[in-house]
Amino acid sequence: MKIKHQIAISDTGFLFNPATGESFTVNPVGAEIINLLREGHTWQEIIDKITEMYSVERNSFEKDLHEFAGIMKMHQLLDKDE
Amino acid sequence: MSKPRYTIAVTGLNAIDSPGPGVAVIRGLLEAASFDARIIGLAYESLEPGIYMPNLTNHTYQIPYPTAGTDELMERLTYIHSRENIDVIIPNFDAELYSFMKLEPKLKQMGIRMFLPTFEQFEERHKVNLTKFGEKYGIDVPLGIAITDPAEIYKHEKELDFPLMVKGKWYDAYIAYNMEQARNYFNKIAAKWGYPVILQKFVHGTEYNVTGLGDGNGNTIAAVPMRKQYITDKGKAWAGISIADENLMDLTRRFVESTGWRGGFELEMMKSNDGRYYLMEINPRIPAWVYLAVGVGQNIPEALTRLALGEKVEPYTNYEVGKLFIRYAWDMIVDRSEFENYSVNGELKKDEHGKETL
Repeated sequence: MKIKHQIAISDTGFLFNPATGESFTVNPVGAEIINLLREGHTWQEIIDKITEMYSVERNSFEKDLHEFAGIMKMHQLLDKDE
Repeated sequence: MSKPRYTIAVTGLNAIDSPGPGVAVIRGLLEAASFDARIIGLAYESLEPGIYMPNLTNHTYQIPYPTAGTDELMERLTYIHSRENIDVIIPNFDAELYSFMKLEPKLKQMGIRMFLPTFEQFEERHKVNLTKFGEKYGIDVPLGIAITDPAEIYKHEKELDFPLMVKGKWYDAYIAYNMEQARNYFNKIAAKWGYPVILQKFVHGTEYNVTGLGDGNGNTIAAVPMRKQYITDKGKAWAGISIADENLMDLTRRFVESTGWRGGFELEMMKSNDGRYYLMEINPRIPAWVYLAVGVGQNIPEALTRLALGEKVEPYTNYEVGKLFIRYAWDMIVDRSEFENYSVNGELKKDEHGKETL
């Protein structure tokens, strides 16, 4: 899963897609996931890191991450080959 | 080094909910880095807000409606020129462009310059001819059919399908979801703008606009794309944001290069849900939201003025992405004497503080 390189995200979780002009707000965990994606981490690495940092069950987080990825895909925030 | 000072006449001072571009154009001219501008307003109605706005125009004159014919317009412009010694005129209404284009050679002889599209460019991009335009230049355009009788809507119902757009020759566009609405809109538009009325296939998607400037030799001097963020019930952008979309920029450059476009323009685009770009309309003039382009680094009114004066203008290559324009409504308190002066004498002069002078 790769996020489009031009997507900008601020510390407050405000996300701007300069190609479409759309903007979104994500919560702190969402921002963390997006930053991990920007740094090039894989799906598995993100699951490892987030479940290490927060008390969340792996299965439950995996399901949420899948849903989050679906929303990002719907808003064309992910690279096309994803 | 002192900057040259030009007297520039501008139309479209109706900064209303469906605004004319004049006020935004003047703001660009007043911020020009390469010259100082003395602004002459040209207005049709006595309640166009730009006539009364402070620090905008030095003098505003009423001009005749395009329906009065070019002779009357020429007579009025000759009078205004004798008083003001105009260097450049920037007309900003679709409906008046034809008259100004027709007068361009005569005005040039008098020393007044403009930078307008050619008759051929003006005609072939017209809403009525847009489908052919798309075919000629290989640009996706939704099917459009010009009709003069509401009965023709039934004939084209299958090709176009509902919802469909019903558009006026000059202005106005409505989405019709059924035959009854389509007929109503047809009658409403025909009564206001005359025939033909254009039926256009509806494209589901997101609206994007590009404003730009062509030098008449195929070069794009300026181009800034914008996504409409807030749209009024008249379909006008009340807020928008500058974006970086290479597809839109390619399409714009292709449009300017293939048509050899001369002058300012606005491309109204729709990005369909499957990612295709459709050209919905080409406006052959600077749009009302042009101040966003000025604000992000491309002063289109300044560049257009310089081209009109025959100067060589280097293309802008950059602009700031992610800047918003947000329009607002603001009540001015205007002395009755200003309104009276303009209404009775057909002109209003202001001093350097924007106050009326007799």
